[in-house]
Amino acid sequence: MHKKRLFSQIAVASVAALILAGCSSSNEAATNSGVPDVPMMEKLGDGEGQVNLVAWAGYVENGSTDKNVDWVTGFEKETGCKVNVKIGSTSDDMVALMKTGEYDVVSASGDASLRLIYGGDVAPVNTDLIPNYADIFSNLKLQQWNSVDGVSYGVPHGRGANLLAYNTDVVKPAPTSWASVFDANSPYKGKITAYDSPIYIADAALYLMNTQPDLGIKYPYALDQKQFDAAIEVLKAQKPLIGEYWGDYLKHVASLKSGGTVLGTTWQVNINLAKSEGVKVEGIKPAEGSTGWSDTWMISSKAKNPNCAYMWMNHIASPAANAGVAEWFGEAPSNAKSCDLTADKNHCATFHAADDAYWENVYYWNTPTETCLDGRTDVKCLPYAEWVKAWSSLRNS
Amino acid sequence: MQSIANTMHKKPKLRLVALLTAPILWLVVAYLGALATLLVTAFFTIDSFTGNVVQTFNLGNFQDMFTDAAYKNVVLRTLGIAISVTVICTILAIPMAFYMAKIAKPKSQKILVALILTPLWASYLVKIYAWRTMLEPGNGVLDWLLGPIGFNSPGFGGPAIIIGLSYLWLPYMILPIYAGLERLPNNLLDASGDLGAHNWYTFRRVVLPLIFPSLVAGSMFTFSLSLGDYITATIIGGKLQMLGNVVYQNFSINLPFAATIATIPVTIMAIYLWMVRRTGALASL
Repeated sequence: MHKKRLFSQIAVASVAALILAGCSSSNEAATNSGVPDVPMMEKLGDGEGQVNLVAWAGYVENGSTDKNVDWVTGFEKETGCKVNVKIGSTSDDMVALMKTGEYDVVSASGDASLRLIYGGDVAPVNTDLIPNYADIFSNLKLQQWNSVDGVSYGVPHGRGANLLAYNTDVVKPAPTSWASVFDANSPYKGKITAYDSPIYIADAALYLMNTQPDLGIKYPYALDQKQFDAAIEVLKAQKPLIGEYWGDYLKHVASLKSGGTVLGTTWQVNINLAKSEGVKVEGIKPAEGSTGWSDTWMISSKAKNPNCAYMWMNHIASPAANAGVAEWFGEAPSNAKSCDLTADKNHCATFHAADDAYWENVYYWNTPTETCLDGRTDVKCLPYAEWVKAWSSLRNS
Repeated sequence: MQSIANTMHKKPKLRLVALLTAPILWLVVAYLGALATLLVTAFFTIDSFTGNVVQTFNLGNFQDMFTDAAYKNVVLRTLGIAISVTVICTILAIPMAFYMAKIAKPKSQKILVALILTPLWASYLVKIYAWRTMLEPGNGVLDWLLGPIGFNSPGFGGPAIIIGLSYLWLPYMILPIYAGLERLPNNLLDASGDLGAHNWYTFRRVVLPLIFPSLVAGSMFTFSLSLGDYITATIIGGKLQMLGNVVYQNFSINLPFAATIATIPVTIMAIYLWMVRRTGALASL
């Protein structure tokens, strides 16, 4: 009995010590604007032999998906930096992965980039060390989602719109509006899909912008309580129509292939993959516009391979690599010189790379904050944490 | 070498410490430590913008969990699934194990045990993806098989999860029951028959009470494994989510809330084990 007590005392003491150790991690010092003070790289050195990336599917291709699609092997040979890639399936995934400190570079969308900057997870980027930065479209540089107070936090990668996918054999007539995925009497009930992330609430808000102008939604990432509740109602009504929500793009492509999904939100790269497997599927940007993304390559504040990381950011912004990604993923490139190098000479025209009018009704993913992003000051908007809660509640109800 | 052995022999306490340090460290640091940090994290909160964990004590997560009906539903749903899986596994496993232990010839007995074990050699994911192709509504194997006789595949959802999990955990139920039945002397069955009891009566009054501890052991596997599962639900659950999915969904964005949710299965298992202990089944295992 005595021994037993001794052991349990040791156990309790060790657990207490562990908890204390967990609690004592220090908080980083913050500057006036609320952005943690992270130093910027001054000088480029020799490569470390490898670089660890967190990227969207289709952004880092070394020929293993399609042997003609490869902008990694050349880079590895040239710089000696072996490229290791971890695919993130949602922005939340990417933020979580970057917080581990095990990755050097991330291709962050607008709903991740600011969280990473203010969380102290990424470092400012010294654009002088990235020669290809000069050729990036100027209206993508130093934007609200990739810079703070005129300091760049990354290299713009490309932009695109979330598309409405439909099976051309089954869905007739072809859809023209997002209303088709919210229609309670849809003949495709049970075969509709939606993106499994809190950011999808913005898609419902975008739909309301057009169908219920009384709500006064101006920007789908700035929703006050009333507007937010209306968007959640739309999603609740949509739930019976959904067969599966998708977060894993491979499962989504498999579902498009098997016919389990015939209608719903998607990315161009999924359409391309499904088509390459013979699926009769098309993706359109509906008339009322769409949510979308404008991505940025950012470097971790704890990067273990900073030199290779800078080399990668320069490489991926180069006209050839940028053209390769843009064409494979199906998005508009960020480098103005890429347009001459795409295999399809009309690629930049098709994806409206320099057509500012086209992007007017594309709402790039952004991180909702309490201060309304559309400039309203008389109300408070719901911050992203509330979006997460609402989404979790919706998915589990 | 000789001197170490001598010292060890002379000092039993030192021997005990040397023997138990590693397992105790493992148990306390890796196992209890992880549970304790989980419990502590559940009381933290996050910065609503950056998602960084803020280490101040509050009960907000528990409040969210108890006030939102969605989480009550997911707990009940998960419990329902875990209980159904356990019941189905029990119903399938008893006759199977009985045949193996009492009726089959010794030679085929070994083969049957091997056959029960072979599915455990294949990857979990392969098996569940196989079920995905089988259950696929419209063009899956089940629809093709059952269509002509007027039945449909249940499609992806709750029934699919129950089928998938029952398939996965069945061996964990069969093996303990088989072991229990093997220890059961045949002459007890004969005696029961000689005294005029029918098969069913013998089963109910003789076999069942004697293999009850094995049933409990098996149910602990099937129940706890189902309770914590989330991969099966992701692959063949359609839009249905289990407790594990809530944790998975939240851990990257809101770790403290994920920890809060994770305390539910821990509590349920603790209650379950307490109930099992009260029946006395643990003592006779």
